[in-house]
Amino acid sequence: MSEAEVVAGILWLALTAYAVLGGADFGGGVWDLLASGPRARDQRRAVAEAMGPVWEANHVWLIFMIVGLFTAFPAAFGVLAVALYLPFTIALVGIVLRGAAFAFRAHGSEAVGDASGWGIAFGAASVIAPFAMATGAAAVASGAIRVSGGRPASGFEAGWATPYGLLVGLFAVAMCAYLAATYLTVETEGTPLESDFRKRAAAAGLVAGMAAIASLILAPFAAPSLAHSLFGRGLPLLVLALINGPIALVAVWRSRPRIARVAVAAQVIFVLWAWAVGQWPYLAPPDIAIADAAAPNATLTALLVVTGIGSVLLLPSLWFLFRVFKARNPAAIY
Amino acid sequence: MDNVTLARATMGTSLGFHIVFAVLGVGLPLLMLTAEGLWLRTRDDVWLNLARRWSKAFGILFAVGAVSGTALSFELGLLWPRFMAFSGAIFGLPFSAEGFAFFIEAIFLGLYLYGWNRVTPFVHWLTAIPIAVSGALSSVFVVMANAWMNSPSGFHVDSNGRLLDVDPVAAALNASTPTEDPHMLVSAYVVTGFVVAAVYAVGILRGRDDGLHRRGLVLGMAMAAAAIVLAGITGDTSARFIYQAQPAKFAAMEGLYQTVRGAPVHLGGIPVDSQHRVVGAIEIPYLLSLLAALDPNAEVRGLDSFSPDDRPNPVIVHLSFDTMAGLGILIGLAAALFWLLLMYRRRIPKSRLLLWSIVAAGPASVVAMEAGWFVTEFGRQPWIVYGILRTSEAATTAPALGPTFLIFFAIYIGLAITTARLLLLQAQRNRAST
Repeated sequence: MSEAEVVAGILWLALTAYAVLGGADFGGGVWDLLASGPRARDQRRAVAEAMGPVWEANHVWLIFMIVGLFTAFPAAFGVLAVALYLPFTIALVGIVLRGAAFAFRAHGSEAVGDASGWGIAFGAASVIAPFAMATGAAAVASGAIRVSGGRPASGFEAGWATPYGLLVGLFAVAMCAYLAATYLTVETEGTPLESDFRKRAAAAGLVAGMAAIASLILAPFAAPSLAHSLFGRGLPLLVLALINGPIALVAVWRSRPRIARVAVAAQVIFVLWAWAVGQWPYLAPPDIAIADAAAPNATLTALLVVTGIGSVLLLPSLWFLFRVFKARNPAAIY
Repeated sequence: MDNVTLARATMGTSLGFHIVFAVLGVGLPLLMLTAEGLWLRTRDDVWLNLARRWSKAFGILFAVGAVSGTALSFELGLLWPRFMAFSGAIFGLPFSAEGFAFFIEAIFLGLYLYGWNRVTPFVHWLTAIPIAVSGALSSVFVVMANAWMNSPSGFHVDSNGRLLDVDPVAAALNASTPTEDPHMLVSAYVVTGFVVAAVYAVGILRGRDDGLHRRGLVLGMAMAAAAIVLAGITGDTSARFIYQAQPAKFAAMEGLYQTVRGAPVHLGGIPVDSQHRVVGAIEIPYLLSLLAALDPNAEVRGLDSFSPDDRPNPVIVHLSFDTMAGLGILIGLAAALFWLLLMYRRRIPKSRLLLWSIVAAGPASVVAMEAGWFVTEFGRQPWIVYGILRTSEAATTAPALGPTFLIFFAIYIGLAITTARLLLLQAQRNRAST
């Protein structure tokens, strides 16, 4: 493997971590927005308690990805930033409002309670951000972003402002909600909230599953490049996802929260890596290949060295964070 | 408005907003670390109370800083895609290092904010160390990238515009880094120190003259005084470096039009291009040459020696520079007076005039820091990468930049108002609980 491919793999790992951890934080916002029933207040509090210590760390995976992308693949970053200007900007508004609203509520709940503008902004922004980012991912995966002479040539709507892009956005939001509700069943094990979140997990899982199946069926027509990836080299991972999906849902439904948590997180990993392996060696098919968009080797080497040193500091710190706050769940991944 | 103007307005608003939270994110952890450490040593609960109050405020400030910093990392590409396509491979490395520093900061902040009852007091105190260290490192790394925009190095461009010989380490350690980096870092402590001192000076003026307010004031003023001295020294070396490396920026800082020997300093006044001079300034002869080159007869290049296309806007740069330097001197005097009186009388000065000037020094330090950042950024214009890439060539072609600007402007106003409201509320709650 070339250095560029190693860096691309690392960035994909960061995306995976962001989806599995940060995705659940967005999902927490969804359940805050949809909190209902006699325990609505407790549901919101469970979300806030679960997210509080970890959401900022989970959020940094995104920054790591953006920075890594413009350092290692500046040409790709330059094109994607133009072609996906609108969904990225919308996602950014969501990210800024979500984080600020969460902190405002966590540290100033008397002034900005659940029903205040910031209270609602937290939930709404938690839907908007992953939705917009996923439409951008759909544009990348579907091969809609075209390049000519180093400049984006496919316009500002290509691939994301389409019914297919919106379907993928729905899938992503449902997946975030599914992750969050599943993790929350572990966090609230043995309390009345566990069954609230179990039902919510099952509902979100069904929506995510239906959106996934619909997007698979429609892919050959709406996103031929994605279909080529998933039914080509990505097929083994896709098959794993198709087997694991029902297992996860059954585990959720039959109150096996710990198994469910692993299975739902694995589902996210299978889907992301089926896409990654399928479109390898492209960052954004058909015009942006990993090798063509890569920075010079000196940069990639330096980046790998920094990543190595940084990881030695980062990974034990992350382990400590999750041990302190999620220790009542020995197999904690969230 | 065209895309370049809108992109600059959006980027400038985002940076100007973020930098306030960023500098507090650098300085406050050091104060929290100190106060909690003093508590561990003395077991005097007033210190613990201070650390806890600061950590509550920091919980909000850090989150707003983190999300506005995220906005910046996106906006680099969204607003300046051609700049990033050109520069990413060269100056991306310190951003990546900053990513790790930020990661460590976020992790230990989670432990610090939510870990009061989860770990032992000593371990809790230890978690503040990585926050303070990585906060400072974040500033160091990210300013390396900005320094590279002032002194681009670590690459060559061939006749086809292709990058050759990229050396990201050399780019990070460019010629501006040794002067710009320390100046920004100490400025972060200047702002934190004065802002914290101002908060407690207000309390004392309102009659809450207790141990907590006095210690908060003294800790803030200690950080402020040490840092303002260093800010003066690093600012001086920065200015002399700019005299050599970016003569157009230097001329704009002083509003100097004609190239002369024995150049004067212009205090205040408005540079007027059509008259080729600063109108309404107080002139101090020979001082500029003396400060710039330690020689009263040294030659200083004037703005007129640059093509009009290559000049920064002298009105903004000169007034910003004088604002920074003038306010820096005034708040430095306030700090000096405070410490002289404290050492002479061996108790905290109670002069209302001095306390009021410390209150004023809080916002003044923020204004000075913003003005200094204006000098760097406006002074580098019309270049985004000095001498290599013009700002006008780097902006995006995307649509809807106007709405983007308005939306972000509104969001930042909303965030500022809510942050201020919640911090005031925390202060009220603190008062009620003591």
